[in-house]
Amino acid sequence: MQGVNWVALIVFGALFCFITWMGFAAAHWRKGDLDQLHEWGLGGRRFGTVITWFLVGGDLYTAYTFIAVPALAFGAGAIAFFAVPYTVIIYPILFLVFPRLWYVCNKHGYITAADFVLGRFGNRWLALAVTITGLVATMPYIALQLVGIQVVIGALGISGTGFVADLPLIIAFIILAAFTYSSGLRAPASIAIVKDLLIYITAFAAVIVIPIQLGGFAKIFAAVPPAKLLLAAPGPLTTGSYGAYATLALGSALALFLYPHSLTGILSASSGHAIRRNAALLPGYSFMLGLLALIGFFAIAAGVGNLPEYAAGFKQFGNNFAVPALLLHSFPSWFVGIAFAAIGIGALVPAAIMSIAAANLYTRNIHREFINKNPTDKQEAQMAKLVSLVVKLGALAFILFVPTQYAIQLQLLGGIWIIQTLPAVMLGAYTRWFNDWALLVGWAVGTFAGTAMAVAVNLTPTYPLSLAGYTFPGYTAFYTVILNLMLAVVLTPIFNAMSSRRTLVDKTVAADYHA
Amino acid sequence: MDDARARRGGWSWWYLLFVVQTVAVIWVPFFNRVEPTFIGIPFFYWYQLLGVLIGAVCTAIVYFATDHLFDSK
Repeated sequence: MQGVNWVALIVFGALFCFITWMGFAAAHWRKGDLDQLHEWGLGGRRFGTVITWFLVGGDLYTAYTFIAVPALAFGAGAIAFFAVPYTVIIYPILFLVFPRLWYVCNKHGYITAADFVLGRFGNRWLALAVTITGLVATMPYIALQLVGIQVVIGALGISGTGFVADLPLIIAFIILAAFTYSSGLRAPASIAIVKDLLIYITAFAAVIVIPIQLGGFAKIFAAVPPAKLLLAAPGPLTTGSYGAYATLALGSALALFLYPHSLTGILSASSGHAIRRNAALLPGYSFMLGLLALIGFFAIAAGVGNLPEYAAGFKQFGNNFAVPALLLHSFPSWFVGIAFAAIGIGALVPAAIMSIAAANLYTRNIHREFINKNPTDKQEAQMAKLVSLVVKLGALAFILFVPTQYAIQLQLLGGIWIIQTLPAVMLGAYTRWFNDWALLVGWAVGTFAGTAMAVAVNLTPTYPLSLAGYTFPGYTAFYTVILNLMLAVVLTPIFNAMSSRRTLVDKTVAADYHA
Repeated sequence: MDDARARRGGWSWWYLLFVVQTVAVIWVPFFNRVEPTFIGIPFFYWYQLLGVLIGAVCTAIVYFATDHLFDSK
């Protein structure tokens, strides 16, 4: 790889120092008693529309997104653009379901999806299933954020062997761990503002400057091989790539807000109104994501994949190196520093929120439910802080000692697993009709079938479902959540009839779900 | 009646706009083509980016149309 890019490294380092200071200073922002879990882990539920916009945006559009979506466009072409319909679909879901969840969680002091499920359905095993799914799906997601940092550190020209090679990542990790521990959710909320600013500057500069350098969009798309430019038209008796594209968008959108970190971001809003308003304002990010996906094609047109100076980077990081290589190729060093800092900080924000969300889950729904049933507020907050450290250490160890490919595959499985909590959490926000054990069976079968299907296609996202001579390749998560839901619907009346319990256990009432 | 139901988080006809914006971006056969291009960008790409804007407008309309049904904070 090329030598260290000092100018870029200094800009990168300076921005990192700045957000480190911000992360610690955030403890004093909208000050609350950080010895209470909802203060540490939800920022005291005090964030208004604007902060929520930055926080949720910083939460959902992660560094890995900025690296991986263009990388997929670079490698596989048109299919990567499913990220665009995905971001169009997520906001109606946010608008319809999550204000209700916010109201009920606020009313009852719930801080996790599992808290809500326990209150709504009164079944601690169903709540445990939601908890474990959330934890297991979040861990590889945190690890992938660290991959994002790793790629830009590599692109800055820092290389070495053994411990020295990993040192920058370890430093970034220590920064992240320390400010999350001391400031809780306030840290990523404040840093998210800087991160978004940097990302916007980078995205717009890239989308304006690079096409001019490359001679216009017509030339860029002319350089894209025809097979990558559009989706392959399906043959007879199959929905082909069309169905795959649509189900990937739908399934990913349905899964998104079930991730613990999404809910943490949403519950930290100060009102259900702030959430609805955000559903109308957040598409601002979607447009940027679409523009970023195009950057993968810029990288094809710029031919960075064939330039000798980037060969080592592509060898080490695969297509994930496409964006850093293109930025290095197209911009002066000082701007590369800004752009890389945007990606690096863009990794810290979601990683912090994810570790907080995982800590909230463990503390509330495993430790308090099964181990120490009557913790003091201080014990509970202390436990969450410790768990957030453990979770991040786990993610770091994963990235340092396990091939990156495993983290990517686990994250894929995580999407299939987390969507299985949809009936209990999202539909639960609307109805108590389902039988809790029916939901649990649906969850178990969906999880098992989804895992088996994913393994059967070598851990790729789509499964070729065959029905009556037709083949429907589609996103495994989407298919298995339908299976899950069908089981829950069929089993609910059966289990209800078998049960001797005649009254529903439900700590919530209809009035809790709105203002 | 419709108002009262929407206030409880029930149905509002405005939500049909969400169906419109969703179908517009997942009905792949409609937009999987190159022509017409816009400033050199194939239809497949600029149409979906336009879909983001349409989605934003739809969501904003639903927000303003149903806002009075929710809390007035």
